[in-house]
Amino acid sequence: MECQECHLRPATLHFTKIVNGKKMEVHLCEQCAREKGEVMAGSNAFSIHNLLSGLLNFEEMAGHSDPFEEPSVLQCPKCGLTYSDFIKVGKFGCAECYRAFRDRLDPILRKVHAGNTVHTGKVPKRTGKGISIKRKIKELKEKLQRLVANEEFEEAAKVRDEIRALEKEGDVS
Amino acid sequence: MTLRRFIDQAVSPWMQGDGPNVDIVLSSRIRLARNLTEFAFPVMATESQAKKALDFIRERLEGAEYHSLGKFAWIDMDRLEPIEKRVLVEKHLISPYLVEESVHSAALINDAESVSIMVNEEDHLRIQCLFPGFQLNEALTLANGIDDWLEQKFTFAFDEQRGYLTSCPTNVGTGLRASVMIHLPALMITQRMNRIAPAINQFGLVIRGIYGEGSEALGNVFQISNQITLGKSEEDIVEDLRGVVMQLIQQENAARRDLMNFSRIQLEDRVFRSYGVLANSRIIPSKEAAKCLSDVRLGVDLGLIKGVTRNVLNELMVLTQPGFLQHYFKETLEPEERDVRRATLIRERLKKTGLDDPIE
Ligand SMILES: [Zn+2]
Ligand SMILES: [Zn+2]
Repeated sequence: MECQECHLRPATLHFTKIVNGKKMEVHLCEQCAREKGEVMAGSNAFSIHNLLSGLLNFEEMAGHSDPFEEPSVLQCPKCGLTYSDFIKVGKFGCAECYRAFRDRLDPILRKVHAGNTVHTGKVPKRTGKGISIKRKIKELKEKLQRLVANEEFEEAAKVRDEIRALEKEGDVS
Repeated sequence: MTLRRFIDQAVSPWMQGDGPNVDIVLSSRIRLARNLTEFAFPVMATESQAKKALDFIRERLEGAEYHSLGKFAWIDMDRLEPIEKRVLVEKHLISPYLVEESVHSAALINDAESVSIMVNEEDHLRIQCLFPGFQLNEALTLANGIDDWLEQKFTFAFDEQRGYLTSCPTNVGTGLRASVMIHLPALMITQRMNRIAPAINQFGLVIRGIYGEGSEALGNVFQISNQITLGKSEEDIVEDLRGVVMQLIQQENAARRDLMNFSRIQLEDRVFRSYGVLANSRIIPSKEAAKCLSDVRLGVDLGLIKGVTRNVLNELMVLTQPGFLQHYFKETLEPEERDVRRATLIRERLKKTGLDDPIE
């Protein structure tokens, strides 16, 4: 396909853009794209794509042991993204995808996040109140165990009361 | 109109502020990625879905005010010319992705241009806070405040186990990307950077050159950012980056001292040659301009060159990039013509500083 701007060089950049509310396909060569300001330096995204494609090949090679088994398509019920498309594109389609592909995510996340699979950071203030309380209770229970082990019973009693108060608060919300 | 100013002024107001270690750390940035539960992520959304999400967000954010930051200007990307978008990218106010890939996207930018919220980028919302110098904690505090404010208006996609859900698995968890732009000329001149860069990667941090293609560092300016967003708290991510940057500052300062102590005449020669090129050349490609600007900045930092301010150098760094240059001269320019205009622009700016003899 030739570049739609100069009609000389082959088009190497293909993308869609909205002009006057209409979706338009654009095909440009590197040079014309640069001159029109359509390409910017430094847009080198970390290539998760290659990483995930590698993973998919690995799964395919491992294969299904039972040749008579129906190949079931793992798909997000909300946005329709299939697991194999997720691997190809490297992007989730919606929040629900995380639940749909849950059983397969750990190895991917471990690879990307240095072995981590569980969030330990911020929790939304408004909608995550219950989660914050649960986390706090878990922390306090660990503290309680340490205190009991060290026979610091007076302090342990205080922590126990704190846990009870939080559990009540959690029930209400 | 505010939009004109965003595009016409090369130096964002926030850049003129002072900050700790501003001689080495040009800026600190925090970015948070957030999505709304009710819409498909922008990457998967159909055009009409993307429009719905944009309108939903517009309804709640257009004309909104956040404390001391004042009102945000709402800018629809569909209404900008390609060259105007490119200018906003060169000022780091929006991402290349928002321009190249997004459909029905927008950006909210405050007057000081220190905060931008991109809408329908790879995620529904991308909050970005920029501070001059080395101020990662300050930027994180502000970003958290804006995040809380937005959470009163939207229900964010959040999962107890995975955290904030993002379109790309590389952002899930905190959705946080913390980064600094850092000028390391002495480490480059003394060739110590070759040893340091791989070590930085081992801390789970990414280092890349900016203003250049790929990983090449144009003008010795690098961006260092965290790679891991899951399994670490926001504070720990920022602290780990802060620690590495602190060491880099020390190393850069040590290299600058060594140059001053052991190779002073060579250093002065290099710095003043570059000043001479900037002040006199008639044709200058962007690569050479960036190299010379880096040398002159080093000369200013070390007190070798007097009378040139960092602000002028910051301005030239932005102004001499292709998009800005073409916008400044109000026309599309062939690369050869750009090099001529760039040289003219730099000569004029340096003359304006009233510096005939920069030595004393
Ligand atoms: Zn062309
Ligand atoms: Zn989905």
